[in-house]
Amino acid sequence: MSGLALQNVVKEFGSFTAVNNVELTVPHGTFVCMLGPSGCGKTTLLRMIAGLDLPTGGAIHLDGEDITRVPTHKRNLGMVFQSLALFPHLTVGENIAYPLRIRNAPKEDQKRRVEELLSMIHLSGYADRPVSKLSGGQRQRVAIARALAISPKLFLLDEPLSALDAKLREAMQVELRQLQQKLGITTIVVTHDQREAMTMADTVVVMNGGEIRQAASPIEIYRRPADSFVADFIGQTNLIEAEADSVGHVSVLGQPVPGLALLPGAAKATLSIRPEDVHLTAPGAGAISGTVTFVRDLGGTIETFVDVAGRQIVAVSTPRERPDVTVGQQVGVALTPDVCVVLRK
Amino acid sequence: MRREPPQTIGDYAPLLFPAAMLTIFFVVPFGTMIAVSFFQRQQGGFYTPAFVYDNYARFLSAFFGGVLGFSLMMAIAVAICCIVLALPFTYMLTRMARNVQVVWLVALLSVLSLSEVIIGFAWSTLFSRTAGITNILVALGLMGEAKALTPSFAAVLTGMVYQAFPYTVLVLFPALVRLDPTLTEAARTLGASPLKAFFTVVVPALRNTIVATLIMVFIFALGSYLLPQLLGRPQHWTLSVLITDQAIYQSNMPFAAAMAVFLVLVTLGLVALTVIAGRKGEAA
Amino acid sequence: MTSIFRKFYFFLIALFLALPLIVVAGVSINEKQTLAFPPQGFSTSWYGEIFLNPEWRNALMASITLAVLSAALAVAIALPLAWFLWRRVAPWANIFQLLGVAPFTLPPVITALGLLTFWATAGFYGQPWTAVVSHAIFFVTLPLVTLSLGFTSIDRSLVEAASTMGADERTVFRTVVLPLILPYIVSGYAFAFVLSLNEYIVAYMTVGFTMETLPIKIFNALRYGYTPTMASVTILFVTTAAVIFGLVARFGDLPKLLGAMSSDGK
Repeated sequence: MSGLALQNVVKEFGSFTAVNNVELTVPHGTFVCMLGPSGCGKTTLLRMIAGLDLPTGGAIHLDGEDITRVPTHKRNLGMVFQSLALFPHLTVGENIAYPLRIRNAPKEDQKRRVEELLSMIHLSGYADRPVSKLSGGQRQRVAIARALAISPKLFLLDEPLSALDAKLREAMQVELRQLQQKLGITTIVVTHDQREAMTMADTVVVMNGGEIRQAASPIEIYRRPADSFVADFIGQTNLIEAEADSVGHVSVLGQPVPGLALLPGAAKATLSIRPEDVHLTAPGAGAISGTVTFVRDLGGTIETFVDVAGRQIVAVSTPRERPDVTVGQQVGVALTPDVCVVLRK
Repeated sequence: MRREPPQTIGDYAPLLFPAAMLTIFFVVPFGTMIAVSFFQRQQGGFYTPAFVYDNYARFLSAFFGGVLGFSLMMAIAVAICCIVLALPFTYMLTRMARNVQVVWLVALLSVLSLSEVIIGFAWSTLFSRTAGITNILVALGLMGEAKALTPSFAAVLTGMVYQAFPYTVLVLFPALVRLDPTLTEAARTLGASPLKAFFTVVVPALRNTIVATLIMVFIFALGSYLLPQLLGRPQHWTLSVLITDQAIYQSNMPFAAAMAVFLVLVTLGLVALTVIAGRKGEAA
Repeated sequence: MTSIFRKFYFFLIALFLALPLIVVAGVSINEKQTLAFPPQGFSTSWYGEIFLNPEWRNALMASITLAVLSAALAVAIALPLAWFLWRRVAPWANIFQLLGVAPFTLPPVITALGLLTFWATAGFYGQPWTAVVSHAIFFVTLPLVTLSLGFTSIDRSLVEAASTMGADERTVFRTVVLPLILPYIVSGYAFAFVLSLNEYIVAYMTVGFTMETLPIKIFNALRYGYTPTMASVTILFVTTAAVIFGLVARFGDLPKLLGAMSSDGK
């Protein structure tokens, strides 16, 4: 099969399991973002794909070939490190030429390829500069160009944009995605920034505690999170407990909600409702009721905080559909099946 | 790069040469010295193998007790003088412009690298009657006539402080560079004068460093083997001088070795003390 | 500290450090073979003497040869050791780090006496090459410390980056590690060289009766009377040390080499 396949990959450091039984298939040419809080095992997984760490169990296949034990330098990768790892003793051009030089490519080919890559990253004419004289964004691009110099089979990036300021980071995300689509190269990015993952990825892999919690397209992850961790980690959400009685009537925070059904056979579940999906109505009328405690008007959006039996529910709306409520007012929160994602407890 | 334990025999290869060199030419000589300390002296030659305690028994005398006491006292005096001089100096140095720092560091390293022979010669010249500092005082009319300032205890002390001062500064330098400058700034905003801030904030914050440095300089001063001989009288000789004297001029290597082993034990005891002091400091 | 106090204090320290050297420099330009200060007359002949008088010239050559070789050997011992300790996890190998630092930390008489008994027992006492080995062991601490510091300053991700780009261990060492550690090799060599040039006791105990290095020559001269050449050699030594450390500072980061880890430490 063309692409990357991880089979039951395990990594233990002593008694600590950093990566637990990971199964993942990355078809050729896709852009995957591995997303999760720090310590979730995403970087360790990337390092195993690169061969910088060896798995303690399972196998890694690239284009049908088992590369689990192949040393890093024979994997033909391109990798961008969090620290960028540009060689301080080499110029921009020498940095980019490095993978070609150690493969003993002819001097003219090296020179031509460096020119090509520099123009691709909009840094033509920078070949002879020392890397210390570059700005953060320029260093970032040089690291990317260097990793792509040999047209690798696999392009790996470990938190590549974390050192940049917010504005530049957003611009680079777009640039990186466009570059990847142009080259059609299989790309794996590790990040803890969900916005970054949503911007760039074909597939987002959400990890926690060394395990993959969900692997799907960004919109799928957002719309249909697999569990409450994913729902909470990706974007903002309201997580509310729901209960069903023996005949399937559902109540939320002690108030009956007709028309809602939990998973078959489950007496308890967690509902995830995105703030922009929370619809405020008059009290009663198929809605649970609560009290408005605070209204935050941010200009572009308005957040309304509603207290329902001690739980806080946040509703977000645009100025156009601003809810006509004031602090202390009783309101209803509509919980219709189309906006509630029912998650297993 | 993740550091990994060596996987194959080949991974140990780089260690081979250094390990062999250090073992053969440091560990073995050290062992030889310990062995020799139990040997018997042979008149006119080096020594004959034996196993006697005579060499150790010999310095259990009032004379060697006196020498040991003087050596320790001398080293303590040098260490205290050096710290008192070097601490404010190094503190101010670390707060100076970088290029000024570099010039001073070059100067200090140059003095530190000077041979004890050269330091001894330079100070004996400075303290001499014909070319010494007293000639300047005479020229200024402060003194009637030039005189020699060596041999004397003060001359030995001065020479040894001169030798150990750059070492003290270089030992203190890293700790003082890392000292958070906002500490003194905070003290200043709270109303402390610069001098008061130095004594109430910098000195207490560096208590462990000062103790460790004191011990290191003490050991350094214990090692001085020529200055007491060049600048002092025989009663100013230290254990290091005596060891050299016994080994070279009296050709009594077993006795010299026994004294050296003793000196090592004293030194190691002090290093252990430093470590314990450091631990305690960390715990506090 | 007020600025006037600081200037005065620094002036006193500078005076203390420089005064003996100023007097020696003054003595070294005396016209006649007398120990006099302020100098009487002016002559640079005592500097010429170092190179023209065969005894002094031989001692100078012996010292330089000894320093060049022993510093090289010290680096040769320290480099693989420091590299191994940086590259591998082998806690027991730290014993060699300790052994490398010990000769310089212990009172020098002890190392000197240990080597003396060793060479005497092994039957090589007095042979010139034993001085090279002795100095290399005695000063291995200096390159070991500078190289250990140098290695810790190399970002390990540079090595990983090189291997992802196709470099094997040997290539990584040649193309990444070596160029980055080179300044530390040079300064480690420089430290060992200057100290070996000045070293007296170890050289004296190992080869003192068969060979004269400059410090031994000065000491012997000191015992048998005074000659201004001692003064000119002293000045030559101080100048050499200052020039070499000046070069280290010019081409390297001296404060960092001396343990001030971050150059933005102030």
